[in-house]
Amino acid sequence: MEFTWPWEYDFPPFFTLQPNLDTQRKQLEAWRKLVLDYCRHNKIFVLDVQESISLFQNKAIDRQLSTEGINQVLESLLEYNQIEWCDKAKKQCLVYWKNPQEWGNLIYRYASDKGMTNTVCTFYELTAGDDVQNEEFAGMDQSLLVKALKTLEATNKAEIIMFGGNEGVKFF
Amino acid sequence: MNVILDLKYVVLVEEDIGNLLRSSKIILHLAPWNEGQLSRPPVKNLSSFIKLAFSDGKLSHFKECIQKMLQERSWETVAVHPSILHHAPTTFRSGIVGIERRLQAKVENNSSNINIAFQDMQNLIDMAKDMVQLANVMSNKIKDRQGDISEDETVKFKSYLLSLGIDDPVTRNSCSSNDVFYHQLAKEIASFLLKAISDTGGLMAMSDAYCRVNRARGLELLSPEDFFKACNYMEKLNLPIICRKFDSGVLVLQLQSKTDSLLEKEVSRLLQSRDKLTALEVSQEFQISIVLAQERLYFMERNGLICRDDSVRGLVFYPNFFSSSA
Repeated sequence: MEFTWPWEYDFPPFFTLQPNLDTQRKQLEAWRKLVLDYCRHNKIFVLDVQESISLFQNKAIDRQLSTEGINQVLESLLEYNQIEWCDKAKKQCLVYWKNPQEWGNLIYRYASDKGMTNTVCTFYELTAGDDVQNEEFAGMDQSLLVKALKTLEATNKAEIIMFGGNEGVKFF
Repeated sequence: MNVILDLKYVVLVEEDIGNLLRSSKIILHLAPWNEGQLSRPPVKNLSSFIKLAFSDGKLSHFKECIQKMLQERSWETVAVHPSILHHAPTTFRSGIVGIERRLQAKVENNSSNINIAFQDMQNLIDMAKDMVQLANVMSNKIKDRQGDISEDETVKFKSYLLSLGIDDPVTRNSCSSNDVFYHQLAKEIASFLLKAISDTGGLMAMSDAYCRVNRARGLELLSPEDFFKACNYMEKLNLPIICRKFDSGVLVLQLQSKTDSLLEKEVSRLLQSRDKLTALEVSQEFQISIVLAQERLYFMERNGLICRDDSVRGLVFYPNFFSSSA
């Protein structure tokens, strides 16, 4: 299914950081929604700022958000806990179109539905196994998976375990 | 070698006819030498005559010429010529005294020139007053018989006349104090510019207003400071025009009746019909300067009515769909 761009994407002022702060707040709101929708649609768990430049430009109307504008959008996403930087250089970030808590709940429901409680499954199985291909968390970045599972650990629904160099999780 | 002989010493010219052995000569008999008659030191010559020999038959011609000259005695008439008499003393003006005299003469000449020039200026001021009066009389006459010329022409002509000048401009001298001066000046400026500002969409940049007022005042020019101070009194005096400063620092004179919401409505209406606007389009539509058009757009942007698209193609303003969609 083709990603449907929001109306703002064809509105030239969308690509100019608005000096009026009220207007800018609404503009950034629209940008946050676009970034999350885009990542959800394309199953992007880790956003590379350099590589995702095409998200911030519209060649059809020949407009591109400035670097400063991109930074503002990312700052805004961070402020709303919708991204988390992977590195201090701020080159990559985890995109929370679902936050770790939501992911945890989703995985736990999957595991209990499949009767996987009290068994151990590897991270690989959970994100790249044949059985999960149709699940939303298929292909999930491992660091995000760990964060999601840790939220389950906190409520005693799972335990991350190490065995023979592999990482796995045991659901309760 | 040059030998000079004043003709006035020659008394007689005689031809000495030659023969086979010697050529013909001319003998000039000279007056006896007299020291008092000489204007310059002579080469002393004690002979009473001079003989002139000629090589190639110019003798008779020379004799004719010199006799004619002697008859006319033209050196005597030249001596009494007035221009020569007049010139004579200037030749003695040399040295420091001469230079001093020349400098003094120059100074006198300059000061008389300046006096004349200022007389002209006074004349010009007097004339300007007359001109303004004349313009008023003419505009009144036109008012009286409006039927004779077409309406359009009347209006045009009248506007020329009205822009010709301010009758009896307020001056510092005519006012008892600075305060009164600024009050009077503020009133004068407001009444003079009221029509012009109404014609230009209710706003006029301070610099434009300053130029217009000074042009109309003719020679009673205002300093920018006085003009600015007078404009600041406008609001206090409740005049139809007020002075305001945009956030960017641009100063304008604005019709008091032209409120911001009215200005916004005008631009919004234009924006609706065109989808997007540049400062240039606004300036053309409302006949205002680009700076003022920009100010109006910025003002609307600050109020969240419009938003900007700043690209390599310039600054373009759009309706603020961000706000309306929320």
